[in-house]
Amino acid sequence: MKSVNNLEEIRKIIGLHKKWDLIFMITGIVALMIAVLTFMALFAHMLIDGMPRLSWEFFTSFPSRRPESAGILSAWVGTTLVMLVTAFAAVPLGIGSGVYLEEYAPKNLLTEIIEINVTNLAGVPSIIYGLLALGLFVYQLGFGQSILAAGLALALLILPVVIVATREAIRSIPVSIREGAYALGATKWQTVSDHLLPYSSAGILTGIIIGLARAIGETAPIITIGALTFIAFLPPSPVKSEFPYLSIEWLTAPFTVMPIQMFNWVSRPEEAFQLNAAAAGLVLVVMTLAMNGLAIYLRYRMRKNIKW
Amino acid sequence: MAEESRTKITHAGKLGYSFRRHMHERFIETFLFLSALLSIAIMLAIIVMLVKESLVFFQHVSIWQFVTDTQWTPLFDDAHYGIMPLVSGTIVSSLIALLVALPLGTIIAIYLSEFAPFTVREMAKPFLELLGGVPTVVYGYFALLFVTPLLQIIFPELPGFNLLSAGLVMGIMIIPYVSSMTEDAMRAVPMNLREGSYAMGATRFQTAIRVVMPAAFSGIAAAYILGISRAVGETMVVAIAAGMQPNLTWNPMEPAATITAYIVQVSLGDLPHGSIGYQTIFAAGLTLLLITLLFNIIGHVLRKRYREIY
Repeated sequence: MKSVNNLEEIRKIIGLHKKWDLIFMITGIVALMIAVLTFMALFAHMLIDGMPRLSWEFFTSFPSRRPESAGILSAWVGTTLVMLVTAFAAVPLGIGSGVYLEEYAPKNLLTEIIEINVTNLAGVPSIIYGLLALGLFVYQLGFGQSILAAGLALALLILPVVIVATREAIRSIPVSIREGAYALGATKWQTVSDHLLPYSSAGILTGIIIGLARAIGETAPIITIGALTFIAFLPPSPVKSEFPYLSIEWLTAPFTVMPIQMFNWVSRPEEAFQLNAAAAGLVLVVMTLAMNGLAIYLRYRMRKNIKW
Repeated sequence: MAEESRTKITHAGKLGYSFRRHMHERFIETFLFLSALLSIAIMLAIIVMLVKESLVFFQHVSIWQFVTDTQWTPLFDDAHYGIMPLVSGTIVSSLIALLVALPLGTIIAIYLSEFAPFTVREMAKPFLELLGGVPTVVYGYFALLFVTPLLQIIFPELPGFNLLSAGLVMGIMIIPYVSSMTEDAMRAVPMNLREGSYAMGATRFQTAIRVVMPAAFSGIAAAYILGISRAVGETMVVAIAAGMQPNLTWNPMEPAATITAYIVQVSLGDLPHGSIGYQTIFAAGLTLLLITLLFNIIGHVLRKRYREIY
């Protein structure tokens, strides 16, 4: 090793290292700015192109061959109904699975396999879920190219998100809460349902919202199922005027969703349709940003309020 | 006196073994267990479905032809079934995306974890999360109608559909995944390691590069692997911006299809169930699953091998 006993030389080395420190810091800020600016450009581009198309009629008209009278009515109704199915399937199963893995599961090989498997599922490309739904739901189980098949496909896709959120929320509750409940004679399920689930509800809700926000924007699995892009009618209403008031006819109806409508408009050569795509994209981005924002806010509140 | 002892007995009965209560607990536990088992069922269903349809496909087409043929034209009269054009498109677009996402994601993570003041971090993290929440079809729109025209100013001969702009946008899209996981891994490194390094006179940059990053290696590797499987499995950006024409090329300036884009293209048409065209998308899907699975296994091995325990 070179010995450095000259004070000047040491100062020079320190100065050099400090310079590198500064250079890297600037690089970091620049990298962050690239991400920020790209997002700004994306949003601004869509805003400029899409804003003039956004009107009440845009939300209340069906898609059309004439771009200036086309709207997203069937798309947003379809998205809402598909999300209903997704939430209905993914929430109980995801929470149940998370509770089992965190509270009930014995430490054995099966549990380990399930845990590794949940991680693996989160890494499977979304289009693969579409192929699964195409083979299993559409043909094997005979659901057809329906809202039910699409909702279930997206439910499988966001299941890992809900499971992981549930587990993390429950894990952060201290053991003393469980011990207190058991000491008062509560059974395991009473402990879970009266204490653990209520205390972790904000965390679980955050996970559900993030999962659903992802499902709203997913296009690939729904295209794979074979959803139609030109739907100029609404699925049958889930609420009826006569007994039993609720109908499940809409589950088997053909449908389209927001991202598919947008994809359809993007891939047309006419520029007027691309303006429609910008407007639909704007609605879609605002929807997902609002949901993600809500989740971030919930998490922030939670972190501030809960101190065990 | 007799009455008092009777109430005692009923109380004891309530506290003792209750068949109904026991059954109730059992029933709930079974439901929870079944919902946990569902994840294994999904994985098995994916594998069974892909393998089953692919087996039918490989009765028509030999695996040798599938791997070596240089054309992919399953829907033409003169049908060729070589997966290479789709794989090359996937590799080129993923490589461009990773060249953007891995360096930028890592730099952002180091900056946020080691350099940034508290307020910057508190603002940047939610923002990056929002960036990761933007639907992929919107990124596709952005690549086709904003980035491609921009690139055409620099490279006038660039076609309207090309792998370059799809890859660049995909890279930007993956940054949040890489940066947030890398940052989590770096922040999990105990403070006393940093303090030791600072006490020796190291700067923040030296500490980050020589102390924190090696200590967080297994987490960073996991973040990179996640980024890679995102890039390989990404569908809408390439389907919109790279065109859907299978093309055996390594040139990012050309239009080409990826495995995922091909599946989208076939699904948009009206292929009858059970036809060879229908089976090709399952064979393509199986190839995709195997590629992502391979990366998952590599990630798992890296994590196991280089895990540092404090």
